[in-house]
Amino acid sequence: MMTELPPFLLYFIAALLVAATRGLPRQLILLATPVVTGLYLWQSIEPGAHVVYSLMNYDLTLLRVDKLSLLFSYLFCIASFFAGIFSLHVKDTKQHVAGLMYAGSALGAVFSGDLITLFIFWELLAISSVFLIWARGTERALKAGMRYLVFQVLSGVLLLAGALVYYHQTGSLAFDHIGLDAGVAGWLIFIAFGIKSAFPFLHSWLTDGYPEATVTGTVLLSAFTTKVAVYSLARGFAGEEILIYIGVTMACFPIFYAVIENDLRKVLAYSLINQVGFMVTGIGIGTALALNGAVAHAFSDVIFKGLLFMSMGAVLYRVGNINGSDLGGLYKSMPKTTVLCIIGALSISAFPLFSGFVSKSMVMTALMQEDHGYLWLLMLFASAGVFHHAGIKIPYFAFFHHDSGIRTQEAPRNMLVAMGVAAALCIFIGTQPQYLYALLPWEVKYWPYDVTHVLAQTQLLFFSALAFVWLNKRGLYPPELRSVNLDAEWLYRRLLPTGAQRILNLLADIKESALTKISVQTQRVQNEFSKSPIAKYHLAESWQTGSMVFWISAILGAFLLLEIFGLGH
Amino acid sequence: MSGDKEKIYLFDRPKNVDRLLKGFYATCILLVLADFILHRHIGFDWEKIPAFYAIYGFVACVLLVVVAKRMRNVLMRKEGYYDD
Repeated sequence: MMTELPPFLLYFIAALLVAATRGLPRQLILLATPVVTGLYLWQSIEPGAHVVYSLMNYDLTLLRVDKLSLLFSYLFCIASFFAGIFSLHVKDTKQHVAGLMYAGSALGAVFSGDLITLFIFWELLAISSVFLIWARGTERALKAGMRYLVFQVLSGVLLLAGALVYYHQTGSLAFDHIGLDAGVAGWLIFIAFGIKSAFPFLHSWLTDGYPEATVTGTVLLSAFTTKVAVYSLARGFAGEEILIYIGVTMACFPIFYAVIENDLRKVLAYSLINQVGFMVTGIGIGTALALNGAVAHAFSDVIFKGLLFMSMGAVLYRVGNINGSDLGGLYKSMPKTTVLCIIGALSISAFPLFSGFVSKSMVMTALMQEDHGYLWLLMLFASAGVFHHAGIKIPYFAFFHHDSGIRTQEAPRNMLVAMGVAAALCIFIGTQPQYLYALLPWEVKYWPYDVTHVLAQTQLLFFSALAFVWLNKRGLYPPELRSVNLDAEWLYRRLLPTGAQRILNLLADIKESALTKISVQTQRVQNEFSKSPIAKYHLAESWQTGSMVFWISAILGAFLLLEIFGLGH
Repeated sequence: MSGDKEKIYLFDRPKNVDRLLKGFYATCILLVLADFILHRHIGFDWEKIPAFYAIYGFVACVLLVVVAKRMRNVLMRKEGYYDD
């Protein structure tokens, strides 16, 4: 019996309405959907609510509510709200439909109470989101979208396979703690979640696909897929030690790529993996403080990463290019976007008073409490690196640096409003963290603002900036170059195709030489035959096809005549 | 720049860049001095090193950039590498 309406339905209905409307009504629906859904979640959905829908004797748990799923559902409403404002100017119907379906699927996924329902929304996330890449309309985007889709669908298939094995082993499909002790089932589901969280070597769909999406699409993409995966890991695999090591790797390796990457939206994609690394580490530690830190950081990250993607989107929209090598000096024509981008940069760098600080410090403190000394040092390195590539590089190369001579207009008003909303939230969370902390699922006392934290973090960041200044003055900072840097995608974009091509070539060679050998042999046999006395008979000669056909026709004709005149009987 | 009439912007004047940098250096110095005045809680032994966070931040970022630059030798390909 349905008691409460599952919130994803509101989004799916909105997607239908958006497909049927244009102009102002459509814009109103885009704005109203997250607001109405958010208020509905805030007012009417309590932890413990449960909605089950029976389909062919199977109970799909469409709504299972606790503080963890509620936190993510609020976050997704906020993200789709500012992304909606940001895309108000877009006329393309399929982008709006895909965006609403995508956000709705994310809501569906975090409220799923069983693995089959989760699987359904998992695949809906994949299918709806790929249209945000394809909508760019370029051939590059088409191909990148295809590769993105392959990864996403693979993740879904692994999830389904894992769910079935899990059911076979335990007799349950409930989506609660799964753990790697569940054997094959556990690992299958773990890898399915891992693909969507962009684990190392499984991450290239993200850095490949996100920079190819539309100006507005990337904002949505950065908000949902990886965060649904973080939610799923927090629910299914909290406290799995391997996650600590995976998370630290994720936090560290992308920053090197981010330093040398030219496409500034790709720099942000790498820094997205770096931030998810902090969340995955927190989940791996598994203490109440670490888990709270992981989900709180997901909350801040969606907002500041959305802000950064919006500011780079605004630049791409106005200039038509987002390569660091071609930009510079844009603060002159886009001053408001510059300021908003800097707020996002300060937030991702975890400056005190900005949102990243109040969430990332929880994960760092948890690492310290659990006495992971060396990992803590690595994460401190990653923290300094974030500031370096996302905090400084992004605003510096786009808006300052040398003057590229580009003079353009300020971002459209709707984009400025969207960025303004996100920026205000970054500062609000950073200065008033108690409201975010009150939403966190686990009970723990924590307060980020004390002398130690503030002083340590400020020193770390200012001296990272000093390193940037020093390297730049000495001319040691690597210039932005138009280039491609090899990453895990090389395996399937180069090695596999070239490998396959080599194998095909090899097979073709084998076929060629076999054919030559056979024809040489037949030639030899014929030569032998022509030397023999039988070859002298007229019938033993090789006949031309034409004459053979003629004689066969003659014989058939003779039979026909015999038949007609009844001579055969 | 592009025309005689173009406005002079904030950072077109070297003086302003200079001021910004001087303010920045001064803040860095103050932050290190603060390390000797204010008391930090110590979680790990290495945090006892004076100005540990400042040194670590600087060294980490220089290392990051130096290593990333080296990576270019191995990893960098021309634009459109995958399109061929």
